[in-house]
Amino acid sequence: MDATLPILILAIPLGMFLVLGLAGCKMSHKMAGVLGCLGMGTTLVLAYTTAFTYFFSGSPEFVNAAGERLQAVIFNHTWLAFTDKLVIRLGFLLDPISAMMLVVITTISFMVHLYSMGYMRDHHGVYERGFQRFYAFLSLFSFSMLGLVVATNIFQMYIFWELVGASSYLLIGFYYVKPSAVSASKKAFIVTRFADLGFLIGILILSYYTGTFNFTELTSAPVEGMADVFNVSETTALSVKSIFESSATPVFLGGSVLTWALVLIFMGGMGKSAMLPLHIWLPDAMEGPTPVSALIHAATMVVAGVYLVARLFPLYLMEVTALEFVTWVGAFTALYAAIVACTQIDIKRVLAFSTISQIAFMMVSLGVARPEFHHGLGYMASMFHLFTHAMFKALLFLGAGALIHAIGSNDYTAMHGLRKYMPVTHWTFLIGCLAIAGIIPFSGFFSKDEILSSCLGNSTFIYIWMSLVAGLTAFYMFRLYYLIFWWKEHKIPEGHHAPHDQPWTMSLPLVILAAISLVAGFIPFGKFVTWNGHPYDFMAHFDWSVAAVSLCVAIVAIVLATAMYRKENPLPDKFRAALPRLWEWAHHRFYWDELYLFITHKIIFDRICRPIAWFDRHIIDGTMDAFATVTHAASRAIRPLQSGQVQLYVWWYLLGALALGGITMLCLL
Amino acid sequence: MDYSQFLVMKQELAVLVVFLLVFLYDTFMPRGAGKALPAFTTVLLLLATAAGFCPDCLGSSCSAEAFAGMYATSPIISAIKNILNIGAVIVLIQSVSWAGSDDMRIRRGEFYELLLVTLFGMYLMISARHFLLFVIGLECASLPLAAMVAFDKSRYESNEAAVKYILTAVFSSAVFMMGLSFVYALGGSLYFSDLYLAMAGGGISLMLVLAIAFVIAGMGFKLSLVPFHLWTADVYQGAPTSVTSYLSVISKGSAAFAFLVIMAQVFGTCYAEVWEWMLYAIIIVTITVGNLFAMRQNNMKRFLAFSSISQAGYIMLGVIGFNTMSMAAMMYYILVYIFSNLAAFGVIGAIERATGKIDMSDYCGLSKTNPRLALCMMLAMFSLAGIPPFAGFFSKFFIFTGAINQGSVAIYVLVLIALINTIISLYYYLLVVKAMYINPDKPVVQPFKSTCSERLGLWITVAGILLLGLASCVYTWLLNTSFLSNFAAYLM
Repeated sequence: MDATLPILILAIPLGMFLVLGLAGCKMSHKMAGVLGCLGMGTTLVLAYTTAFTYFFSGSPEFVNAAGERLQAVIFNHTWLAFTDKLVIRLGFLLDPISAMMLVVITTISFMVHLYSMGYMRDHHGVYERGFQRFYAFLSLFSFSMLGLVVATNIFQMYIFWELVGASSYLLIGFYYVKPSAVSASKKAFIVTRFADLGFLIGILILSYYTGTFNFTELTSAPVEGMADVFNVSETTALSVKSIFESSATPVFLGGSVLTWALVLIFMGGMGKSAMLPLHIWLPDAMEGPTPVSALIHAATMVVAGVYLVARLFPLYLMEVTALEFVTWVGAFTALYAAIVACTQIDIKRVLAFSTISQIAFMMVSLGVARPEFHHGLGYMASMFHLFTHAMFKALLFLGAGALIHAIGSNDYTAMHGLRKYMPVTHWTFLIGCLAIAGIIPFSGFFSKDEILSSCLGNSTFIYIWMSLVAGLTAFYMFRLYYLIFWWKEHKIPEGHHAPHDQPWTMSLPLVILAAISLVAGFIPFGKFVTWNGHPYDFMAHFDWSVAAVSLCVAIVAIVLATAMYRKENPLPDKFRAALPRLWEWAHHRFYWDELYLFITHKIIFDRICRPIAWFDRHIIDGTMDAFATVTHAASRAIRPLQSGQVQLYVWWYLLGALALGGITMLCLL
Repeated sequence: MDYSQFLVMKQELAVLVVFLLVFLYDTFMPRGAGKALPAFTTVLLLLATAAGFCPDCLGSSCSAEAFAGMYATSPIISAIKNILNIGAVIVLIQSVSWAGSDDMRIRRGEFYELLLVTLFGMYLMISARHFLLFVIGLECASLPLAAMVAFDKSRYESNEAAVKYILTAVFSSAVFMMGLSFVYALGGSLYFSDLYLAMAGGGISLMLVLAIAFVIAGMGFKLSLVPFHLWTADVYQGAPTSVTSYLSVISKGSAAFAFLVIMAQVFGTCYAEVWEWMLYAIIIVTITVGNLFAMRQNNMKRFLAFSSISQAGYIMLGVIGFNTMSMAAMMYYILVYIFSNLAAFGVIGAIERATGKIDMSDYCGLSKTNPRLALCMMLAMFSLAGIPPFAGFFSKFFIFTGAINQGSVAIYVLVLIALINTIISLYYYLLVVKAMYINPDKPVVQPFKSTCSERLGLWITVAGILLLGLASCVYTWLLNTSFLSNFAAYLM
């Protein structure tokens, strides 16, 4: 494939960022917004073309004779070559998951660009302060995220990983005059950076032993002349594994080096994907503008962790311990987040916890995927869920944004009964809720069902656990739905106009995303995305009994939610009274933030940092001050050398030359 | 004699053609047309530069010799000439406003002619494989510079600088010739290759050591290495700013490469222990003393003089590394140094032209009155100090890596000392930034509009500072070129 399209896919958002960032203040708000949308629209078209070419062109570059999809390196530019092996490359890798991610990112990003044209202005149509800056940051984020998914090597991925984190930081803190936004952005940055420390160590361990950063070499067979074959043949899997199991590689704290590398790399994923216990930044990140939450903190950046595990999946397969770690982290996070989501009153927080829970679903799905069970069904299911979740969660967030825009508050006690006033938002939001609850025929039903099937294939316990979480999901989503759109209506105070639906720039993305959520379940995902590129028929793995059970669970949960929240009634309070301790803990998110505060302030700051600070201030700074004093003294002492008299210059010159020769001669003799 | 061998000297001929055209233009065009001379020269040299990049046109894509081996060229040599050409073009662009002013009316032609002659001399120096040709090149590059330094002949400092420059230059030439006569006595030839073979088995004698020391001293004058540097500050301060910038980057860059060639080809590996130890001492002293003096300067040109002394010490790391990688790193360093230093001189020149202010204390509050100039200056300072992601960081990184590749313990110590010195240098580079951005004094320099040519020069240099580091292809190209030139052939 020609490299023009891929380069443009990366260059246009970067160029938009530079143009809007440098010249944004010179152009009008509207101009900046239109420019941003046009740029993203073009990228969208290019990305769709690229993905379409990859999946459907049937070119031998992308699919082999047996119909298996291949990894294609479109270009791979050597950026910095330190040594023969330590080479940092920047390239473009096209394979099923990166092509799929291109579609997801550009779709959501374009929707958000469009939506923000309406959202980022007040009711009188006045644009918000820093509107151009907002679009510049959106472009920067899109560029970084696209660069991340198409990375040909783990180091490029790391570079863009950090760029994504930085742009997320900038966007969460967009309202930088609001102290809560500032502290939320700081928190997000520090927590994810901390996780990335693990990621970096993992990268270094992995590449130290394998001698490569490249995904193609790490995860597939380096066949002569066909270096990019996607298949992991038995022999190479063994050969990479043998690198780690040979006597030369040590065992550290009971785990093999490969296990440690993979767990540490997964730690980076835990940070970005907000897995327990590194989830604390995501709920606070909702301080950013709502379109940002939809783009970054629901659909794209937070699934980077899932993408990372999927990208290195063949490696994880070699080390089942690491995969089990992934499974259990995911399972606990899913349950935890689902319970907490049932008790929150801030609409965006509910969605944030729901996101954490759904991403955990994807993690569990990867964790339980095994090649021997239905061609690694879990891998496909995870990617499928990533796709559908991106669509319906972005829909829900954008819907929530519309509500917040109309009401001016995040708190749903201020909403209630809005279905009459905002019909478009109501119906699209309902579609999103049905999709996430897993009701047939909405997209979430299919992807969640695949995940549960693959859980069942691995262990019944995990299956029951995740089914329970799925039930909770349906419950809290419909709790949210009823509390916003039903319950009791607020009276509109005299002189205020009723809340109403939004302008078309905001409605159109909602409708499009709702349409996608409605039909995306029927995409035969198994034909496109599988762990080894071997396509299979989707319906062959569809387990009707699992589907029936999960549907029943969802319906029961929805019925329960309807009974409790459709109208004002005492049932919720009764429940709360029955389980006071659980409610209290869940409402306070199981006191994780307090725990972190305790550890950082009381233990790390007081016990560790203070002595270090003293050492730094007195010993290190003292040494540095001493250096500076000596330097200054020396500088003063040699001043006479520069006398300004040319005859002295010549003397120094001659003396210097003679001394150079003389001293060297003496030393050599 | 086969006249076709002149064709090997394509890049020299190109400069010569530019020189002749400028000379003819200056002599025969009506007086009114002189106003266009700066632009005319710049465009011509730009064309020569562009042609140098085109391998089939002027740049030699393969190694060749001429005049019975007195002159040699190779891909890496044509690359360094291209780099110097780029630098000269930027200097010319920056000098357009100065040279176009009315009091330069009758002199501006001479400025360009002298400059082109020195450029020609530098090329000869780089390509010479015989000391006769080398000395011709050296003097050709030195003596006209004295006239250029004295260009503001009505200004006392300019005259003083010229006198100091010419006296030191003459003296250093004498010392250099002395060294050469020792070399001739030892080897009985002036061809680099013959000398190498003749001296290889000779063993170390006092004469040899003195010969090496004198050659280093002679080149040390051009490179302003300590203790042969004392002229630098006075001359940089007194000379017109365009001449100072030319002296500090082009003259220095060409001398550094010529120096590498002499060390590699004449003294080579046989006496590496002798000259490497000498260089070792000189590098440490140069970097440190340059830094120690730079800390105390208030005059910006004087300040950059000392900063360029310590930068020359870093460039010498490329010579002492003595391998393909360090050679590429040295060329990359020179390239980046050209852009960073010229950015700084561009700002200084613009401010001097508009307001006549040249002291660091005059720069207080510049960020408020002339934010763009202050930004350019800050980027230049960051790049000179080696702060990522600007080009200066990468050039320092590569030159340290190249030096370390040599592998001896002494080199590690040397690089460590150089690293510590970068911290000292950070202090004084940041002093400028502090003056511009932080000092609360009332701004001295009032807002003014810089001319088109000044802005163009700054745009080019700032683009270089920002892109040269991130676009890895530049360094890779240099590395490949130096591999192509087969560094081993230099060692013979």
